[in-house]
Amino acid sequence: MAKVKVHVFLKPGVLDVQGKAVEGALQGLGWPGVSEARVGKLIAFDLADDVADKEAEVKRMCETLLANTVIESYKIEIA
Amino acid sequence: MSAAVIVFPGSNCDRDCKVAVERSTGEQVSMVWHAETELPKGLDLIVIPGGFSYGDYLRSGAMAAQSKVMQAVKKAAEDGVTVVGICNGFQILCEADMLPGALMKNSGLKYVCKPISLTVANKDTRFTKRFGDQAEVVMTQGNGDGNFFADAETLKRIEGNNQVVFRYVDNPNGSVNDIAGIMNEAGNVIGLMPHPDRAFEAELGSADGATFFQSIYDAL
Repeated sequence: MAKVKVHVFLKPGVLDVQGKAVEGALQGLGWPGVSEARVGKLIAFDLADDVADKEAEVKRMCETLLANTVIESYKIEIA
Repeated sequence: MSAAVIVFPGSNCDRDCKVAVERSTGEQVSMVWHAETELPKGLDLIVIPGGFSYGDYLRSGAMAAQSKVMQAVKKAAEDGVTVVGICNGFQILCEADMLPGALMKNSGLKYVCKPISLTVANKDTRFTKRFGDQAEVVMTQGNGDGNFFADAETLKRIEGNNQVVFRYVDNPNGSVNDIAGIMNEAGNVIGLMPHPDRAFEAELGSADGATFFQSIYDAL
């Protein structure tokens, strides 16, 4: 069984309003050094060993459902 | 006219859409459950209603775009059937690649719910003909993810093709180029964030939504 993690973030250049709000809140709470905060998603699941090309299959999952590539980019970790 | 409203788990404007289309056009509207693989024969109009399909899980409209019925809706659109996506319906059509771009969180982070003024950016469509020279139309907005985004290249293309149908007079959510509603290149699929189904009688504050549905009726 492989452990899969998919990280999804808005692409650089796409305004991340949640990231901006979090950044402003952290700065207001006394961490003025915080910048470039981004809010993303982590999607974790198990993938059966008999799935042949796991990397390619997870990429297909990202393109089909997990990320909207108009606005989001993704990073795949398989362990 | 034969019309249907698609119902997803979490749709909450499905019955509003049915009543709005029926009262605006005098025609009966059927309801189609998302698990259906076929649509009623001979449809002229399909409405994808607003709401929170699948609880907005993952992204607004993402799960609904993958549902069985959407394959049939895509096929119908390719055959020229008129498809209208309102609010969550707009998000679903973008997620299903039936319209360009994507809907993101409102720039102000707040859910915006109020009557809103729009300009008709393209008067020569099956959705807007009846508005004639009316300068502004009013419909009710109600969404958290209404911020339309498309990359520069896509934007240039949809502007060049006159695919922008409605623009906000006073942009409430950060949408690029004040876009409130767009159609596909063929001109038979539209997505819009404001609700014509919440503005189809004067008692609701505006009857401009009825004009929208009547335009579609006229075009058939």
